[in-house]
Amino acid sequence: MKIAVASGKGGTGKTTVASSLFSVWPELAAAMDLDVEEPNLHIFLGPDPRRLRTVWLEVPELDEERCTYCGLCSELCQFKAISIFDGVGMTFPEMCHGCGGCFEICPADALKVKRREIGSIHGNQRFLMGRLRVGEAMSPPLIRAVRREAEQIFDPGMDIIMDAPPGVSCPAAAAVRDTDFILLVAEPTPFGCHDLKLAHQAFRPFGIPMGVAVNRAGIGDDSIYSYCSGTGLEIMAEIPFDRAAAEAYSSGQIVARFSEKMRSLFRVLADSIRRKVLQRQEG
Amino acid sequence: MDKIAVSSQGPGLDDPMDQRFGRAAGFLIVDPDSMQTEYIDNGSSQVLAQGAGIQAAETVAKSGAKVVISGFVGPKAFRILQAAGIRVVHGLQNMTVRQAVELFKKGELEYADAPARPED
Repeated sequence: MKIAVASGKGGTGKTTVASSLFSVWPELAAAMDLDVEEPNLHIFLGPDPRRLRTVWLEVPELDEERCTYCGLCSELCQFKAISIFDGVGMTFPEMCHGCGGCFEICPADALKVKRREIGSIHGNQRFLMGRLRVGEAMSPPLIRAVRREAEQIFDPGMDIIMDAPPGVSCPAAAAVRDTDFILLVAEPTPFGCHDLKLAHQAFRPFGIPMGVAVNRAGIGDDSIYSYCSGTGLEIMAEIPFDRAAAEAYSSGQIVARFSEKMRSLFRVLADSIRRKVLQRQEG
Repeated sequence: MDKIAVSSQGPGLDDPMDQRFGRAAGFLIVDPDSMQTEYIDNGSSQVLAQGAGIQAAETVAKSGAKVVISGFVGPKAFRILQAAGIRVVHGLQNMTVRQAVELFKKGELEYADAPARPED
């Protein structure tokens, strides 16, 4: 089973929860850091993951000898990566999202495949992460490449805990889709509630069961509790705000290993997530 | 004289110029001899997530204008305008379209040889 740990707001504790779930997971599990703009899960899981390969995106290059300036590719491109008009033709490879549509639609075979480096994949048999090239803006193709790599490298029966990027746009969607469960980590503050709503609404169309882990429980207000009870979103864990645990985390310790109380809290969370997924798979 | 495309916040010569190029509200295409104008709405570029400058440059090129007057023409739009043989004047702000065109007609504006940089 694949479990995505996500959130709308950044800094709510996704990596705290993902590393802790991984450390208490009752079955053999693998972990993935899909927050490719700033991966940090490996710091907690160590040792430093080995660089496996570079990931490229196929982008168009115009062959002006062959181009008939019909403009079909330029009309098709939703990202303005190709500009064709009145005998002028040029490409903007940095705008390309790599869909490949221009290569397919060109009737004159005038677009050559050029590659743009978007990042790299690092890891081992139990852990994978992507690292976006500095200066690159497009993370979803790298996130998808890390997920494809997982299918090659991880044992097929292994459960996978996935640390998703924050936000509710394409990167987060690329990380949480086609998983079996999305755990939304949220803070009990008005800001936390606002972004939890966004994440809940953004991911709902995927039809994947979701639950909430409240992090820093005890601060803020009760807005996320009323939102969750009003929408039937289950709160599956409340991680208390604990300064000593936060200090341990900041020095690279997994929070579930910090105290017996934390360990059992995450163990209960892991068990209830597994139960939900298994029930759904059987039903 | 060649037609001039001025990025504009409105459809009239006395509307303020729009400092932005790619995300300008529109372009006023001005015939500097007769001062006759044609307004092209640029709303379809404004709503793009990316590539507004590219699309706006295409719009201007298709209008037949051979000169662009704007506040800030970025690198991608600049490349297209150059390829289409359109000369660029930028760095202008806080004036009406009419004032910009008058300055141009008096020969007081210089063509840019490079796109604007973010700090300009």
